[in-house]
Amino acid sequence: MERIPILHMGDFLLVTVQVDMYDKLATALQDDVCRRIAETKASGVLIDISALDTVDSYIARVMGDIAQMSRVLDADTVLVGMRPTVAITLVEMGVALLGIRTALNAERGMALLSALRTGAHADASGRQ
Amino acid sequence: MSTDLATKIPEVLGSQEAGILADWMKEQVTATTVRPDLLKEGELLEQSEQFLSLIRVAARGNNLMDIQGPSWAPLREMLGELSRSRAIQGFTSSETATFVLSFKQPLFTRLRRSHDNLDGLAEDLWKATALLDKLGLYTTEAFIKSREDIIGRQAKEVFELSSPVVELWQGILGLPIIGTLDSKRTQLVMETLLERIAQTQAQFAIIDITGVPTVDTQTAQNLLKTVNATRLMGAECIISGVRPQIAQTMVHLGVNLAGVITKSTLAGALAVAFKQRSLAVMPIVVARS
Repeated sequence: MERIPILHMGDFLLVTVQVDMYDKLATALQDDVCRRIAETKASGVLIDISALDTVDSYIARVMGDIAQMSRVLDADTVLVGMRPTVAITLVEMGVALLGIRTALNAERGMALLSALRTGAHADASGRQ
Repeated sequence: MSTDLATKIPEVLGSQEAGILADWMKEQVTATTVRPDLLKEGELLEQSEQFLSLIRVAARGNNLMDIQGPSWAPLREMLGELSRSRAIQGFTSSETATFVLSFKQPLFTRLRRSHDNLDGLAEDLWKATALLDKLGLYTTEAFIKSREDIIGRQAKEVFELSSPVVELWQGILGLPIIGTLDSKRTQLVMETLLERIAQTQAQFAIIDITGVPTVDTQTAQNLLKTVNATRLMGAECIISGVRPQIAQTMVHLGVNLAGVITKSTLAGALAVAFKQRSLAVMPIVVARS
């Protein structure tokens, strides 16, 4: 079965979603991320969804779940690169993705994760 | 209808074109609806000539009653174009319709001269009146249509102009909103703002609602949606220009703005953005010699 690759970079995990997400793929990703956090003791997860044209409510929920699960496993999650149209759709659907941090691009997301780790300015550009 | 009552309109139009044109031009330039300020006489003459030659060709088809027919298509097109140009030039609808209706006088004079039979004349006058009335109405309709197009386009332009996204500082976008925020407008505001955020990768967006006269639940919800969408993209949204009355209304309406940074002035919002980006504005100290 198709899987979304998870890269291990320093202290963080890097997930780049390049294909259209369907429900099974999303749940598989959830499993993988949790397993990899436990294996690598990563302190942060960065999920890049800049290639995604559509995000439905289920995928959005899985993203939220991944963030919460990572939290329990002591890792922060940042969702980066959401497209304007996706953001509008999610808001119109009433999905606020509470509890997940967001950043404009991968670079900012990485900076945010590092900042969260060092606790320098904990809530500078992300959100709880 | 017997053959001796056959219409002479095509024949008159064909054989006396020059005379009709001269009379018609005289009629038009002396009419009260003439607008020498908007249209030069030469241009009017050109249009009249064109109309006359087209109606001559169209009338040859002998179906004078059906101006929707294919033989009238070139004339309809010409009148449509004329109405459009006159609507843009600023003519009124009656001034535009007069162009066609003033054609009656010269045509009727010629018809009277060419008929020796009263019945035939009455028949032809009726036909010519019906035809020219139809053409006049067609012109008016085309005129109104073009006016509506112009109005529609302007409304759209005003609509688009009403929500400009400006870059206040590197990475800080400003969106001054003036006028009521209905859901259609919010949609546009949200889209333009998010597109600009994606384009510029700006970290802060300041929505200034100083120019919004009243805020109702709908407006507040729409604002919240915009704030949430901005955050989903990974940028921070600040609402500024909240007036005392609006603050009161929002609380009375029970709008939950928890977690949204609100400031009373744009300057305040900018200060917040500066602070979070670790920027500072300070006076330049000039060393005195």
